[in-house]
Amino acid sequence: MEKTVVGKSYPRLDGPAKALGAAKYVADLKMPNMLYVKVLRSPHPHARIVRIDSSKAAALPGVRAVLSGQDCQAMLGLYLIDRPIFAIDKVRFVGEPVAAVAATSLRLAAQALALIAVEYELLPPVLDLATALAKDAPLVHEKLHEYAHIHNVFFPVPHTNISNHSKIRKGDVNLGFSQSDYVYEATYRVPQMQHVPIEAHGAVAQMDMTGKVTIWSGCQSPNAVRKLAAVAFNLPEGRIRVITPQVGGGFGGKAGIGIEGMVMALAMRVAPYPVRLILEREEVFCGTAVRQGLQATIKTGYTKEGRLLAQEADLIWDGGAYTEYGVNIVRAAAYSSAGPYDIAHLKTDSYCVYTNTPVGGPFRGFGMGELHWALEQQIDAIAAKLGMDPVAIRLQNAVCDGSTNATGEVLVGVGLSKCIEGAARLIGMDATPSERKPNHGKGLACMVKGPSTPGTAASSAFIKINEDGSINVTISSAEIGQGMQTVMAQIAAEELGLSMEMVHINTPDTDYSPYEWQTVASRITYSTGNAVQRAAREARGKLLAMASEKLESPPESLTIVRGVITRRDGIGPATSIKELALGLSLPTGAGRGGPVMGTGYFIPDGIHGMDPETGQTPKVTSHWTFGAQAAEVAVDIETGKVNVLRVSAVYDTGFVLNPLLALGQVEGGIMQGLSVALYEELQLSQGQVKNQSFVDYKIATAAELPEMLVGFVETPLDDGPYGARGFGEHTMVPTAPAIANAIFNAVGVRIVDLPITPEKVLAALRAKPK
Amino acid sequence: MQRKIAFTVNQQQVEMVVDPFERLIDVLRERLDLTGTKEGCGGGECGACTVLLDGESVNSCLVLAVEIDGKAVRTVEGLSHYLELDELQQAFVNEGAIQCGFCTPGMLMSARALLDKNSEPTVADIREAISGNLCRCTGYERIVVAVSKAARPASALT
Ligand code: FES
Ligand code: FES
Repeated sequence: MEKTVVGKSYPRLDGPAKALGAAKYVADLKMPNMLYVKVLRSPHPHARIVRIDSSKAAALPGVRAVLSGQDCQAMLGLYLIDRPIFAIDKVRFVGEPVAAVAATSLRLAAQALALIAVEYELLPPVLDLATALAKDAPLVHEKLHEYAHIHNVFFPVPHTNISNHSKIRKGDVNLGFSQSDYVYEATYRVPQMQHVPIEAHGAVAQMDMTGKVTIWSGCQSPNAVRKLAAVAFNLPEGRIRVITPQVGGGFGGKAGIGIEGMVMALAMRVAPYPVRLILEREEVFCGTAVRQGLQATIKTGYTKEGRLLAQEADLIWDGGAYTEYGVNIVRAAAYSSAGPYDIAHLKTDSYCVYTNTPVGGPFRGFGMGELHWALEQQIDAIAAKLGMDPVAIRLQNAVCDGSTNATGEVLVGVGLSKCIEGAARLIGMDATPSERKPNHGKGLACMVKGPSTPGTAASSAFIKINEDGSINVTISSAEIGQGMQTVMAQIAAEELGLSMEMVHINTPDTDYSPYEWQTVASRITYSTGNAVQRAAREARGKLLAMASEKLESPPESLTIVRGVITRRDGIGPATSIKELALGLSLPTGAGRGGPVMGTGYFIPDGIHGMDPETGQTPKVTSHWTFGAQAAEVAVDIETGKVNVLRVSAVYDTGFVLNPLLALGQVEGGIMQGLSVALYEELQLSQGQVKNQSFVDYKIATAAELPEMLVGFVETPLDDGPYGARGFGEHTMVPTAPAIANAIFNAVGVRIVDLPITPEKVLAALRAKPK
Repeated sequence: MQRKIAFTVNQQQVEMVVDPFERLIDVLRERLDLTGTKEGCGGGECGACTVLLDGESVNSCLVLAVEIDGKAVRTVEGLSHYLELDELQQAFVNEGAIQCGFCTPGMLMSARALLDKNSEPTVADIREAISGNLCRCTGYERIVVAVSKAARPASALT
């Protein structure tokens, strides 16, 4: 059937409210008698808490509650429960919450913080991976072996700093190396970095006098917050309500549970008053989750024709002080470790390592940006060694239908080669060398990613029809800027034969909107999209059943166009969604049926755990999305400064539901990727973040905007709505390696450690043999 | 020492008593409940709090309340005509210049300040005008396109 709403460029539904300044974010909520929270944070990377004396702070007039690990022993964790709400017994990173104050004003709360006396006994800190992995290293978590975690999915190594070790053993890697003509090994590094959403993290919580808790949180995952808070505080989920207004950017930094635990603990002390915590920008830098660091050593065996035969990968992740979420990034990297290539023999060891540095967590791409920084330079370096074209070597090794990936899964519906060819064509990779300007170069990188969710990650949707014939689509995924609400509305409109003006959509409220696992993993279009499509189809079925009775024609003969229901052949009378919204009224004056609702749910089919020893499995994730980007750069060889002139990007998104919003996702991803490539790094000194402001931690501005050339490939996904795949995170994954490869093409130096600063480029140019 | 100040916000006359260290952003958000203006850093580094002060774009987190005595403040709430978007806001919506929307009010005010002075800005002018406004979502391109379109509506382009 011809599609009328999906596939079209509708401007976003929440656009007008955002442009008017009317959209509400958590910091815009104000409640009577609201209390303000300030957090006392650890000044030490690793220290025992000998004593906390908060009596003076508590005695200050206007202070309503002071809490620390002495009063609150609750623990948090998505996959491995290792994170206390307030440090218990010892602190593990600079910036860790030690205590918090709720007072009648922010100024008073800040004054009270200064009155809390904490006595520390310093412990030897674990500040880097080498220290963490050394024999007899100080342990960041002595009780790792006692922590609850998901068994047979994550593999902590007791009495070490390794909180997860994920393995891939595919084929026979020794055989693969022995069959290879050449072997190339290199090490690549990615520093920790911040998501820096422009809206800082914030939450408000209130407990009423019946003990019911409401949390307003600018988060990605209201149901995950509810669930993890329920476990931490031993409350049933139904007694916790999480409301998520508009969210000012997430990128993974607001996934899982963050500051909500602290705010809830305080609210439970000061009932019935609401308490509010909005982080300062400095606290976002030191106190919220960061992208994990990575040290990746890749050894590749290949033939003289450029065919990759074997790969051994050591992926050592700096998980920071707590890895309750990070362990799964490490697992995802293991099962994605062949990247987008068909490699017969693989051996991967991916380690999540505790250090006394800021907490690692999910960041747009969930480990794929870090992994591909290594893999996509490795294959480029191999191409250069063989004197091969970097596009040709990728096309030769790219997975296609029938290839197996790292877990042995046989792939279908793979459009990778078209993405590579498309990105190469858009930027003109094949331009002859004579057209090249000095110190200008082009480079390409590709990528693969699947949603790294548990096999049970579920979505649901609920649609009700209003008296005016409009509908409300009710879901619990968060609008974090990705445009999810608009796309969900398009799906509902398409299925119900409505125009977009007739669709309303809510932000989540767990008391009223149905379950959603998390707004992460580029899974909403796919997973929630399926749930919305099913809910709309159910509502449509009910409408057509009533219309059939009214129009005296079988349901299959009917159609709905812009809310009007007629026979497909146009013969006979018409009715409308509006007329049927509250049920069928019969000529006799009686009624039948009732107000129409539709419900839908979705869990991907057949996800299967990995073999603990080999990582092999028929289906580790719901689906894979592929893409490629190419960059053109100019390198100033006097200063080492890299100017990114153009970036092309082509993704196989299965089906483009909204071209305007899809373009925005790709352009935004490219710019974030460019920023990560050239600027971003958490500078740590003795575990302390030194660049805690936008002056010291630079992100890309409009001044650095390259020309962007974007294309899409549409290889339908069997179980995606209209064939759509997720791709929101993917858009920043290959940008950094594409830029690095372009620099190599331009000036013959390869920068293996992010970010690509002028100093590194200059040093590499000086070290280059003349 | 507290001080009484008088100023206009979006053409409405306002008088209030302010503390010496009270910031303009707090006057707008906390006292007047004009929460369209956003705080992203509190240090003059992100531009989310941009408003117009006598027509000039300023970071309202860096302006003290006492400094606005006798001046005219314009915020994002003052761009629209009643509930109707102005052409700049409409261009932001239509061209996909908004994602999470947290930078949007500040972006709009920086762009407004530019267009009020220069009705035919080049792309370079636009980039320069918004280069103090950080956006983590959009990649800026759609914002530049939106400002260009608002400066030269479709009729002028074709
Ligand atoms: S909040 Fe004023 S510049 Fe960032
Ligand atoms: S739209 Fe999110 S920061 Fe600009």
